[in-house]
Amino acid sequence: MSNDPHNSHRLNFWQKYIFSTDHKVIGIQYGITALCFLFFGFCLMMLMRWQLAYPGEPIPFIGKFLGENRAPGGIMLPEFYNELGAMHGTIMVFLGVVPLLVGAFGNYIVPLQIGAPDMTFPRLNMASYWAFLAGGITMLVSFFVPGGAANSGWTSYPPLADIATTGQTLWILGMVFLITSSLLGAVNFITTIFQLRAPGLTFMRLPVFVWAQLVTAFLLLLAFPPLEAAGILQLLDRVAGTSFFLPSGLMVSGEPLEVSGGGSVLLWQHLFWFLAHPEVYVLILPAMGIVSEILANNIRKPLWGYKSMVYSVIFLGFMSFIVWAHHMYLTGMGTAINAFFQATTMIISIPSVVILTCLFISLWGGSIRFNTPMLFAVAFLPMFGIGGLTGLPLGLSAPDIHLHDTYYVIGHFHYVVAPGTIFGIFAGIYFWFPKITGRKMNEFLGHLHFWPSLLFMNCIFMPMFVQGLAGMSRRLYDGGAQYAHLQGTLNLHKMISMSAWGLALFQLPFIINLIWSMCKRNIVTSDNPWKSTTLEWQTPTPPGHGNFPVEPVVYRGPYEYSVPGAAEDFTPQNKPGG
Amino acid sequence: MDAIPYTVEPRQDTGLYNAKLGVWLFLASEVMLFGALFSTYILLRIGAAQWPLGSSILNVPIGAVNTVILITSSVTMVMSWVALKDKSFGRFKLCLGLTILLALAFLAIKGFEYNAKFEHHYFPKTSTFLAIYFTLTGLHALHIVGGVIVNSYFWGPGCKMWQSDPEHFINRIEVAGLYWHFVDLVWIFLFPVLYLL
Repeated sequence: MSNDPHNSHRLNFWQKYIFSTDHKVIGIQYGITALCFLFFGFCLMMLMRWQLAYPGEPIPFIGKFLGENRAPGGIMLPEFYNELGAMHGTIMVFLGVVPLLVGAFGNYIVPLQIGAPDMTFPRLNMASYWAFLAGGITMLVSFFVPGGAANSGWTSYPPLADIATTGQTLWILGMVFLITSSLLGAVNFITTIFQLRAPGLTFMRLPVFVWAQLVTAFLLLLAFPPLEAAGILQLLDRVAGTSFFLPSGLMVSGEPLEVSGGGSVLLWQHLFWFLAHPEVYVLILPAMGIVSEILANNIRKPLWGYKSMVYSVIFLGFMSFIVWAHHMYLTGMGTAINAFFQATTMIISIPSVVILTCLFISLWGGSIRFNTPMLFAVAFLPMFGIGGLTGLPLGLSAPDIHLHDTYYVIGHFHYVVAPGTIFGIFAGIYFWFPKITGRKMNEFLGHLHFWPSLLFMNCIFMPMFVQGLAGMSRRLYDGGAQYAHLQGTLNLHKMISMSAWGLALFQLPFIINLIWSMCKRNIVTSDNPWKSTTLEWQTPTPPGHGNFPVEPVVYRGPYEYSVPGAAEDFTPQNKPGG
Repeated sequence: MDAIPYTVEPRQDTGLYNAKLGVWLFLASEVMLFGALFSTYILLRIGAAQWPLGSSILNVPIGAVNTVILITSSVTMVMSWVALKDKSFGRFKLCLGLTILLALAFLAIKGFEYNAKFEHHYFPKTSTFLAIYFTLTGLHALHIVGGVIVNSYFWGPGCKMWQSDPEHFINRIEVAGLYWHFVDLVWIFLFPVLYLL
């Protein structure tokens, strides 16, 4: 293995665009693939929303294409509804959002922002993408095996998942691919950030986005292996007949199960949430990083409290490993354990609030440019704020007894991930598109994408808090139509579903904008159209092989905007002097 | 600006070359993988009505022999790296070859041990003790196989690098050695936990 994959500049199409080791091409591959998965995961949800709003009615137009074993006569079967639910969660988290944040933005932007020619291990980087794709294809294939895809929820709790249909086995295999992919990526990100920083780029001069990616990489590196272990154990339970998660005396459909028993269902939950709670921070930290970059650029002044933000990000990373059991209050772990995890959960809210406060205070007194990326970035703040604050009652075991597994939980984490993280992703796409393609995206279509999206996101998730407080369970196939205590909130289902379809409609301006801007020749005239200080804008557009014509040297911090006495209102990091 | 720096020489402020940092991070993640399985062992055991004494089911002398074999292979692994540092290529070939042979001996003994268990109708599904025993040792054996493949590459086709880029080759053996010591260390925990406790 040679460590210089850039030495040959004469590459054919396959080497250049398909089996590329260039971090920029891999980033784009990740981005396009993950956007497709994101859209697919959204489509699954739109099907579910039909069933919730109009339970038992045939799905119009597409119902007849779903097949007799999924929706006979266009009416969705409960088993298929469960498949959709489990796969919506899995696809959105593991195949949509994380690959976009880490695989796409992380890959493309981090080496540029630290002044590196590429990632430290370009071949591992390529392997990471192909493992991700293999995992994604495995998940898609699982829809077509007998019994359909995994239908035990994205959390795959045993004993249900242990005895579920074949789709669950494919789910585990798919997860093993995805875990391998993220392991390769995480090792690569950490070594790149430690080893390949340009001369003068000390840790306290790193942009917040790089810090966020560094901590995220540590979370992926250390939190995913326990899920891999759990996956191996569940796979053995399913194919080798072991009883890791099957307690003694388990009855299925009135028959005792032919296993040795002696296992523990809680064991899976501990291993699963040991990953899945840090995973929440994997979903949010890079989005916070993107928002910080865009905010600093568009308020034209330094971020308020850069150091507090950095330390908060690091502290969040550490704390995220010791809060996992707040997902498990209802399992009867005992008050002592509950008390511990309540305390850590309250503590972890502090650094999140610090970061959000720093970003809010940064807005104060700035001369703000409201372009499309900035709109999404600013909207991220209150949306993530709502998501975070509604999490506090869930972190305390007493209110959680009422709220657990209700639509309140759905509302809470979707506020964090959908109008939170996904707005961060949109902001990042609009912001870095000129660097990646050399063309600017259309502002009018951007506004047409942003305002309805903001409206519909809130119309979808705000009513869920009401439904959840009324006691509506999150996994009801008919949305709770047969429960007397839910009759008052059932009509909200229709509004939520309409809003979800409306949200889909107003993603069209984004898709059109993306394709149209790539084809149209509205080429940016400058390498630095947003007048930004960080290193990724001090490259040719789009950056060529090795990114920088000469190795950059860094002389200053990341956000030197509006420095008194400076010639312009921004001073790039690689500008010598003062 | 084309070549990736610090592939061979260490970076001054971190004191590491890329692959060394990379392998340490990889090993950190491996610690979490085996750590999760050891935690599983603890949770299953404290939740069990009765838990068999390892030595009542497993063959302690065979496990002890395998422990000695792996520790010896770690020694020969580090000797092969020292040999390269001494610019003694022949001694390197001998020591790394011994490491590979010892690893294969470990696998052969492990296979024999598995076979004996199967003959006594001890399968992973027999009890949670056997389930975690087969999972932990099986995963560890897969790591041994991985090490054998890597070391065989450096013993065979990969050693041509010694002529073209000796410093880089020494680094590679060091990195392979770090991995090998880790796999050895896992067994040093596995043996007492499964066989003796």
